[in-house]
Amino acid sequence: MHQLNGMTGALIGSAIVAIAILTAPLYVDLFQIMQLTVFAAMAVLALSLGFIWGYGGILCFGQTSFFGLGAYAYAVAAINFGDSTPAIALAILIPVIFAALLGYFMIYGGISDVYLGVITLTVSLILFNLVNSTAGDFYKIGDARLGGFNGIPGVPTFNLPGNSGYILSPEQAWMVTGIALILVYLGLRVLIASSFGRIIIAIRENETRAALLGYDPRIYKLITFMIGGAIAGFAGALYVNWGAFVSPTIFALGLSAQIIIWVIIGGRGTLIGPVIGCLLLQWLVTEIGAQQALDANFILGAILIVFVLLVPKGIAPTLRDLVMARLARDKPMTADTTTVKVKT
Amino acid sequence: MNVPLLQTSGLTIRFGGVTAVDQVDFTLEEAELRCLIGPNGAGKSTFFKLLTGQLRPTEGHVHLRGRDISGARPHEIARQGVGIKTQVPNVFNAMTVQDNLWIAARHKHTPAFATDLTDKILTDLRLTQIANKEVGQLAHGQRQWVEIGTVLAGEPELILLDEPAAGMTHEEVERTADLIQEINKSRALVVVEHDMQFIKMIAKTVTVLHQGAVLIEDDVARVLEDARVRDVYLGKGLAA
Ligand SMILES: Nc1ncnc2c1ncn2[C@@H]1O[C@H](COP(=O)(O)OP(=O)(O)OP(=O)(O)O)[C@@H](O)[C@H]1O
Ligand SMILES: [Mg+2]
Repeated sequence: MHQLNGMTGALIGSAIVAIAILTAPLYVDLFQIMQLTVFAAMAVLALSLGFIWGYGGILCFGQTSFFGLGAYAYAVAAINFGDSTPAIALAILIPVIFAALLGYFMIYGGISDVYLGVITLTVSLILFNLVNSTAGDFYKIGDARLGGFNGIPGVPTFNLPGNSGYILSPEQAWMVTGIALILVYLGLRVLIASSFGRIIIAIRENETRAALLGYDPRIYKLITFMIGGAIAGFAGALYVNWGAFVSPTIFALGLSAQIIIWVIIGGRGTLIGPVIGCLLLQWLVTEIGAQQALDANFILGAILIVFVLLVPKGIAPTLRDLVMARLARDKPMTADTTTVKVKT
Repeated sequence: MNVPLLQTSGLTIRFGGVTAVDQVDFTLEEAELRCLIGPNGAGKSTFFKLLTGQLRPTEGHVHLRGRDISGARPHEIARQGVGIKTQVPNVFNAMTVQDNLWIAARHKHTPAFATDLTDKILTDLRLTQIANKEVGQLAHGQRQWVEIGTVLAGEPELILLDEPAAGMTHEEVERTADLIQEINKSRALVVVEHDMQFIKMIAKTVTVLHQGAVLIEDDVARVLEDARVRDVYLGKGLAA
């Protein structure tokens, strides 16, 4: 019952945000629309880690592997097909297959959580070096030259499905990206409320107990990891669509670290938290960058330390606790304690 | 010839130089209630871990209704109908009591049926009052009950309980004894316990483990009078 209430809230909130997204071009200038578009694409990436880490208990240090593979898959496919629709499908499919293989060896190989972090990080660095060394005419897939460290410029951006002649305007691309973010968020909400979602949370809480009840933790973790790969890959396509460009820096260490910071600051174990963390920090970094007085990495590090020490649960869970405490105090007798369990 | 519910033959596990379970031949019939006792470090919990796949035997076999399950994974053995309450509570701490049971019931049943079964067990175990509390915030005795409820919600045919009465008040211990007898009407159990009062309340046949091996297996009254059993509990004699 309480999950239903939480879901209604999420739907109402999403509807309001959707209206804001669709009307934003009326009162926000093009430069800001472009900026919001990349923020939203990154927020999808934040959701992918927020899901597998917060709910599946899998700390993947190399979520950029799937993001980058999705971005490159999109770029190569879009150049070859001249149509973005199948390219988006490939940007999801290829990272999923990669996540399935990598996840299978790690999870069925029985390596510990710490090593999973190390291996995923290493894989993202390997991909970085691999793609970085693909300069020259030799490295091309169909019509698409991989371009090594220079990356792939001039990638076709999104077109209307079934009509490759109709390229979306920046405003339309923004709407697509913003709505995509909402749909990924709602999709994950539904997933988490389902039996599958409740079982992966149980496995996160106590893998031994789940196994002793007959659940094979490995298959649940693998599927969770693959869903994370799919979402990160999709985020990669959204990202390339924004800049019409992709380069190996997409696999770099800095971004891997940032995603983790977004999730920590926004709040692990929620979905809205990673989105908030991502939007907030990207906005901050942009502001600091514009000022040029302070170093963005320095500020990011300082914020992370402050949060770990003072707001260890992150923004969203802390706000939720505050609101619940407030409600419980205002009407101590009638307060519905079950709502405390609602996860955002 | 009837096949026993559970049979181990020469079951052994060594950790480096320590033989924690040593050539154990153990047989449990359908619907039997067995108590397993022994001093600290006798190998009782390790024996349970071998039965449930949490550890793989160094030697020997475990047969469940004639089927060899030695070396199978925990979830595979659980699916064969073995449920365990472990000595160190294994519960889903950040989840509610209700959700803990629901997850267990969901494995065999549809979501709706799992909810009904959960409600029934909550009522049976008198946990309805705390159904929406987070398990991590409960007292130790209550957590034990939640774990027992979780095991029941999985509807196993063989139930292993490792020190189910630990940390409980006298009244709770008596309720636990009643509950075990109630469960035993339809299912087989093996219960590990240190509390001799508790053993006397429930036991028919008792198996005593000492240094990983079976010391004696007999009727409860005779076991508790046995001089060797007293010696190992007082920590003298047989160790030499
Ligand atoms: N993973 C392990 N590695 C090494 N030694 C172990 C391991 N698990 C158990 N042991 C050893 O095996 C022996 C049996 O331990 P076990 O926990 O089974 O005893 P127990 O009979 O359950 O004792 P208690 O009544 O205190 O719970 C002990 O000597 C213990 O130190
Ligand atoms: Mg023990």
